[in-house]
Amino acid sequence: MNVLEFTALVALISAVAGFLGALTGLGGGVVITPAMVLLLGVDLHYAIGATLVSVIATSSGAAAAYVREGFSNIRIGMFLEIATTVGAVCGAFAAARISASALGIVFGVVLLYSAWLSTRSHGTRPPGEKADSLATRLRLNGSYPTPQGPKSYQVSGVKTGFGLMFVAGTLSGLLGIGSGAVKVIAMDRAMRIPFKVSTTTSNFMIGVTAAASAGVYLNRGYIDPGLTMPVVLGVLGGSVLGARHLAGARTKALRWIFGGVVGVLALEMIYSGLTGRL
Amino acid sequence: MVVRRAKAPLSDQEVDEIIGMLLRWGVVLAAAVVGFGGFWYLVRYGTTMPDYHVFHGEPKDLRSLRGIFSGSAALPCRKIIQFGIVLLIATPVVRVAFSVVAFFLQRDRAYVVITLIVLSVLLFSLLGKH
Repeated sequence: MNVLEFTALVALISAVAGFLGALTGLGGGVVITPAMVLLLGVDLHYAIGATLVSVIATSSGAAAAYVREGFSNIRIGMFLEIATTVGAVCGAFAAARISASALGIVFGVVLLYSAWLSTRSHGTRPPGEKADSLATRLRLNGSYPTPQGPKSYQVSGVKTGFGLMFVAGTLSGLLGIGSGAVKVIAMDRAMRIPFKVSTTTSNFMIGVTAAASAGVYLNRGYIDPGLTMPVVLGVLGGSVLGARHLAGARTKALRWIFGGVVGVLALEMIYSGLTGRL
Repeated sequence: MVVRRAKAPLSDQEVDEIIGMLLRWGVVLAAAVVGFGGFWYLVRYGTTMPDYHVFHGEPKDLRSLRGIFSGSAALPCRKIIQFGIVLLIATPVVRVAFSVVAFFLQRDRAYVVITLIVLSVLLFSLLGKH
């Protein structure tokens, strides 16, 4: 396989991942790294570097659309980004000290968890009523548009949310993923922020979090232009197409399929890590 | 102390609009540069063999802003792609920098400080030597 064929194949995988990631709202990053490592034999560090850059592209592209709709809360995002960016830098430093096998096992476990999450739908809960005093002081409480006019919400569990965000950032820097799932859990479950606000704000934060570890990755030589180019362009193209087809898609069936694929890749990553083939 | 009032402090909605535009154009510009460099790269190296099985790390010139902009004529197409990638990484950094200004204009001191912390972590990562 020469460079031309290899690049075309990577772009195709990335486009499919970006397309499905946008349709299911799970992000395509999680499948690209294992696909490149397991199917194409790419070294895990190169794969993580390329995928992380593509995460910045999709997050920024999607955030550009969401931020205008008025769902994302910039104050919540910015405050929690302190935790995610510091975590991301720590994770990126740790990635250099951990062997590829161990990294692969951690990756597999995180993937398995996201696969499990993706097959469950979130219940609609009433928004939090009691605000944390810290939330009030930081002016995190806000409102979001509904067909019946703006609806306000109160934020609680700020400290727990902040701690979980540090974990999300560390995973992002360690594995080169957006770790949107952990971010949404922190905001939706711990801080009781309405789901739509949580997902859009999380998307907004993913780009900043990823940029924090990308600098370290670049310095360490993990980001290869020849490999990153088809991943970034493929994921971007795929996710733009995916976002256009969002309305007519049967997302429930898709979530199961995507969750299944992620689950299989996760087990394969753990197996490869355990047998030392990474 | 003279307090000068700005004509009209930016509303949250205006800030959102500007951030949306910043992000969109950052991504479009970065993708265009990566695509241009990528096309050149494929023309030049398309028939060679890819080598990603073993990690050896990128050459010095592709690891830092200084390296990418250094005058050496080696690896021109890969440098262009890498420049596009740096533009992409810089997009969220620029939006955080813009938020510092926006919160300052809104006289939201606490958030000026919070945003400056985030910005310094980003700059440490991007410009520091690791």
